[in-house]
Amino acid sequence: MYQYDKYDQQMVDTRVEEFRDQVKRRLAGEITEDQFKPLRLMNGLYLQLHAYMLRVAIPYGTLNGKQMRMLAHIARKYDRDYGHFTTRQNIQYNWIKLEDAPDLLAELASVEMHAIQTSGNCIRNISSDQFAGAAADEIADPRPWAEILRQWSSFHPEFSYLPRKFKIAVIASDTDRAAMKLHDIGIQLVHNDAGELGAKFFVGGGMGRTPMIAPEIRDFVPADELISYAEACLRVYNRYGRRDNKYKARIKILVHELGKDEYTRQVEEEFAHMKELGLNPPVEELARITEYFADPAFDLDASDDLDLSDPDFAIWVDQNIDTHKQSGYAIATISLKPRGGIPGDASSAQIDLMADLAEQYSFDELRVTHSQNIVLPHVKKSDLYALWQKLDEAGLAPANLDLITDSIACPGLDYCSLANARSIPLAQKISEKFADQGRQKELGELKLKISGCINACGHHHAGHIGILGVDRKGTENYQLLLGGSAAEDTSLAKITGPGFTEDGVIEAIETVTDLYLQEKQGDERFIDTYRRVGMEKFKEAIYG
Amino acid sequence: MVEAIRFRDDEPHEEPAGSMDSFLDQSNATAVRIEAGEDVRQLLPYLERLALIEVDFPAFGDGRGYSAAQILREQGYTGELRASGDVLVDQLAYMRRCGFDSFAPEKPIDPEVMERSLGRYENIYQGTTDQRSPIWKLRHG
Repeated sequence: MYQYDKYDQQMVDTRVEEFRDQVKRRLAGEITEDQFKPLRLMNGLYLQLHAYMLRVAIPYGTLNGKQMRMLAHIARKYDRDYGHFTTRQNIQYNWIKLEDAPDLLAELASVEMHAIQTSGNCIRNISSDQFAGAAADEIADPRPWAEILRQWSSFHPEFSYLPRKFKIAVIASDTDRAAMKLHDIGIQLVHNDAGELGAKFFVGGGMGRTPMIAPEIRDFVPADELISYAEACLRVYNRYGRRDNKYKARIKILVHELGKDEYTRQVEEEFAHMKELGLNPPVEELARITEYFADPAFDLDASDDLDLSDPDFAIWVDQNIDTHKQSGYAIATISLKPRGGIPGDASSAQIDLMADLAEQYSFDELRVTHSQNIVLPHVKKSDLYALWQKLDEAGLAPANLDLITDSIACPGLDYCSLANARSIPLAQKISEKFADQGRQKELGELKLKISGCINACGHHHAGHIGILGVDRKGTENYQLLLGGSAAEDTSLAKITGPGFTEDGVIEAIETVTDLYLQEKQGDERFIDTYRRVGMEKFKEAIYG
Repeated sequence: MVEAIRFRDDEPHEEPAGSMDSFLDQSNATAVRIEAGEDVRQLLPYLERLALIEVDFPAFGDGRGYSAAQILREQGYTGELRASGDVLVDQLAYMRRCGFDSFAPEKPIDPEVMERSLGRYENIYQGTTDQRSPIWKLRHG
C-alpha cells in the first residue's frame, strides 16, 4: 500500500500545527465559534448532540496493522473505548474533547493518517472498491488513481469553499461495490480501443433529500488528463452550483437543472482550456504510486483445498468469503454486525485483534467497506480456519455478509444533531428479529439500510429495503422504501406509503420478506422479485 | 473598511472600482468590482486596460471568488486583484494561491497571525496560477 514520502509527511505534520494554532485561538476567544466552524469542519471535527465528533480519513478504505492499532489506541485514550466505521470507509469517534484534538491528530500523523477534509464543503476522502487489488474481476487496481486524486484534492485552494460537500469514488470493475454512481463524481477505470487505461466519468449522483444516479458525461479521460478534467468538473460546479439553498447545493442539482448535456458542454469547454495549463502530474507519478500497490508476495503454489467439516466454519465461508484473483487465496469480510449490535461499531480490543490478524494472515492489509465492515483482502485459504476461530472468539465472525442483518445504519438521534429519529435501536431490533441463520439465508442477499433523517447518511434510497426515520408531530416515525440498489444496477428506492412506529416498521419488513418468499421464482434475490412483481403487490400486502 | 493589505510593489491604484455594469458602460474605466455570481469572463476583452479588479466575498464560505481569480490570472491578467468583504485570516493562503495580491477585509486582520498562516506550508499538492511547483513536480524534476 501507499507510503508517505517526506513531502506527504510534511503536509500532514504542518496541518497538525496549523490546527493546533487554530484551536489555541479558539480556546483563547480570538475567533468566534462561527469563524472556527469552517476550520474545524475542514478537519473532520463536528459539534454533535453531546460532544465533538471526529472523523478520521481512511483513504480509499485501505490501512495496515499499525494504523489500525492506532485507531484502537485513539478510541482507548481519547474516546470511550470504541470507534464507528462509516459508509465512506472512514472511522468516527463520538466523544472527543476539543483541547485533545491537536494531540490526537499528531498521533495519527505519526502513522501517516489524518482527518483532512473529512467534513466541510470541500472534496472529501476518496473512496474505492474494498476488494481493490484482490478482486478477480478488476481490470486494474483503482487505488493509485484514488491516491493521485487524494493528493490533488488535499488543500485545494480553489475548491475548498464549494457550494456543498463533494464526494468522489473510483472503481475498476463492472461490479460496483462502492456505490460509485451515487457519488458527486464516480469514476470507473476502463480500457479504450487502443488498450490504454483511462477514466469513465459519471457526475451528479448522490443521496440526501433528492437522490440522483450520476449520468455518464465522458467515456474516456486519459491518465495524463485526469486532474484537468476533474478540475473542469469542479470549476463549473464551484461557479454555478446553487448557494441560495443548502438543500439544492449539491452538484446533482446543478447537473439536473442544466441537463446532463449542457453541464457536459460547459465542462468540455473549461477542459479544453484547462488541459493546457500544466495541471496534470506526469505518467511517471502514477507509475510511482502504482508501485506501492504491487501484489504482495503470494505463495503461487497455495492450495485451493478447504476443509469444511466444521459446519459453523462452512457457513461463514459460504457467506463471508469472496473470490480472490490469486488461486489459493480468498477475500475475507469481517462483519461488524453481530446479533443485536450497533452496525459499524468496534471496540478497541476488536480493532487491535483485527490489526493482529491482518499482520498474521493478510500481508498486513485491511479495508473498510461502505457497508461498515472490515475486509482482510489476501488470506491464504489454508489459514482461513485458524482466522475464523480467532474471529469467532472475539465475536467478529457473524456469517451475514449481504444478508438482512448486515444492515447499514447512520448514527441517528443517539448522536447526531440533524437526526429526526433513532436508527441504531431499530437496526438492533431488526438484527434480533432476523437472527436465525436459516431464516436470513433463505432471504438471501438483502440490503437493508436505515437513515435517521432525510439527509440519507444510512443510504436508505439505495436499500433493497430502506428505512427513513422522520419526526411526526414530535414522535419518531419510520417510512419504508423498497427497490433501491447501490450496485452496478443502481436504482432508487420508493416509499411504500404512510410511515410506521418502530415495531410497526419491523412488522412491515416481515410482511414484505414473507411476500418475497411466496413470489420468488428460481434464484431470484429480493430485489429481482420486487422489480418483476412491482410495488403495488407489496403495498397491498403491507397496507391491505 | 480598513486599509488594504497589498502584496504588490506598485502604487495603489487611484480610481475607485465601480460595478460590473458601470464598467461595461464606460470605454476608459480601469478598475472594476465584481460581485459573487457575476461572470468574470465578461471582463476578458478588457484585461489590458484594467489595473484593479476587486472580487467581493459576501460570506467567507462563498467560494466563487476563488474561481474568478483563477480565471483572470489564467487569462493573463497582471493588475491588482483584490479580495474584499468577508475575508478572514485563515482564507488568505488559498486566496494568494488563486492569484489575489491584495486584500480589503471588512474586519482587521492580525498581521502576526497572517504572517504565520501565509508562511506555514512549504509545499503544495496542486498547480494553480501562482506558479509554485507542486509536489509531483519536485518528485519528478
